[in-house]
Amino acid sequence: MTSNAPFLSRERIVAPMNYNRWLVPPAALCVHLCIGQAYAFSVFNLPMTKLIGISQSAPEDWTLTALGWIFSIAIVFLGLSAAFAGSWLDRVGPRKAMLLAASFFGGGFIISALGVWAHQLWVVYLGYGVLGGCGLGIGYISPVKTLITWFPDRPGMATGMAIMGFGGGAFIASPLSVFLMQHFSSATHVGVAETFVALGVIYFVFMSIGALIVRVPAPNWKPAGYVPPSQQKKLITDQVVHVDEALKTPQFYLLWWVLCLNVTAGIGVLGQASAMSQEMFQGRITPVAAAGFVGLLSLFNMLGRFFWASTSDIIGRKNTYYCFFLLGLVLYALVPTTAQMGSIGLFVACYAIILSMYGGGFATIPAYLRDIFGVQYVGAIHGRLLTAWSAAGVLGPVLVNYIRQYQIDHGVAKADAYTVTMYIMAGLLFIGFLCNLAVKAVHERHYLKLQNQPA
Amino acid sequence: MSNEEESGRHGVQLVVTWLLVGIPLLWGVLQTLQNAWKLFE
Repeated sequence: MTSNAPFLSRERIVAPMNYNRWLVPPAALCVHLCIGQAYAFSVFNLPMTKLIGISQSAPEDWTLTALGWIFSIAIVFLGLSAAFAGSWLDRVGPRKAMLLAASFFGGGFIISALGVWAHQLWVVYLGYGVLGGCGLGIGYISPVKTLITWFPDRPGMATGMAIMGFGGGAFIASPLSVFLMQHFSSATHVGVAETFVALGVIYFVFMSIGALIVRVPAPNWKPAGYVPPSQQKKLITDQVVHVDEALKTPQFYLLWWVLCLNVTAGIGVLGQASAMSQEMFQGRITPVAAAGFVGLLSLFNMLGRFFWASTSDIIGRKNTYYCFFLLGLVLYALVPTTAQMGSIGLFVACYAIILSMYGGGFATIPAYLRDIFGVQYVGAIHGRLLTAWSAAGVLGPVLVNYIRQYQIDHGVAKADAYTVTMYIMAGLLFIGFLCNLAVKAVHERHYLKLQNQPA
Repeated sequence: MSNEEESGRHGVQLVVTWLLVGIPLLWGVLQTLQNAWKLFE
């Protein structure tokens, strides 16, 4: 370790050869558990429609539609910042990137608090949407390459562990936000601004701890007893593809669609899960039970990230995505039947597996990229690929909502309004299956000739 | 620092860092499971 190197530099955090690599995943989790809060942002929507009216919305209060843009802007800036910051991150190392993410994410909450206090929605868009979104994107990709280099023998499991944290962040954020709002609220005040300040400080501190404890392996470090395979599998390269060169390969765009279609299907139903369960099982699933259903789906979303990414180390990335697309296709097609049968258990089981594969898609993609393009620029390439998430974040909910409304407008009963949607989702997964099928090894002309970049 | 001392220090760090992330996550999961149970009541 070079002790006189700048505190935030990559050189400063090079670990000694006998460093225990299991100390690195908690650093990644410190960041991902915080930024996973994004999935729980909706807990603020209703209170923010009553900032002036307090007990009920006043005419000057913000509408739910206007507030919905906060999350959408954040997801768009997540994709953009991940795409633009990926190359910079590979150069400067994870500590500086994690600290920047902490500043953006924590700072985004503080600025949003000012927006709530002054009742200026554009300030909240700027705070949580733009700054917070940049914190999400940079934080999301910051530990990925580091984990892959620490765990060359199990890259799927390693990234799955961190990205599982992103899925789990909502479990902490949701009850914590509700608790803080109750604590800060009064007869004349809903307590959102103070909650934003508290969350901004908590998340900044927690993410900074991750930045402090993260380490990168020394050059040529290998796990004890690890022997790199002498003969690589067809889809796993030991070469390096530069990030700019990767964008010229069909593999990048095929994987972009693989991620986009897998996420589109999952994100569409996740956003509508509560309403869908109540409408498909009218009178049997209450609003309270539906909230429990959404929580259960989020749990499977989180667990699937670890399970499927770890499984991909054994069965291969391509086969894992085949599972997502084929099994997903069957399950989406089965959902309307489970509703017709009136089987809540089967309905929940179908969606639980679907959501586990939605999470699994996120968690397996970094290792897939590493297999195809090599480890050197995987952070930057992953960052660019995350634009697929932004696209899916718009496409999925729009598809589900639009098709449902179209069905209802044409006289279809609410309980049956999701049938066509489910079949369309199954169709999207079939296209994803074809994209995955077309993924082949990168042509050798794309490989980098000089491999003199830092590890 | 000897190897033994260093591995002992790493062991303590390991427990502390995993508890730091594990406890909040476990708390959140338990809260979620409690709510999810209402689905089957």
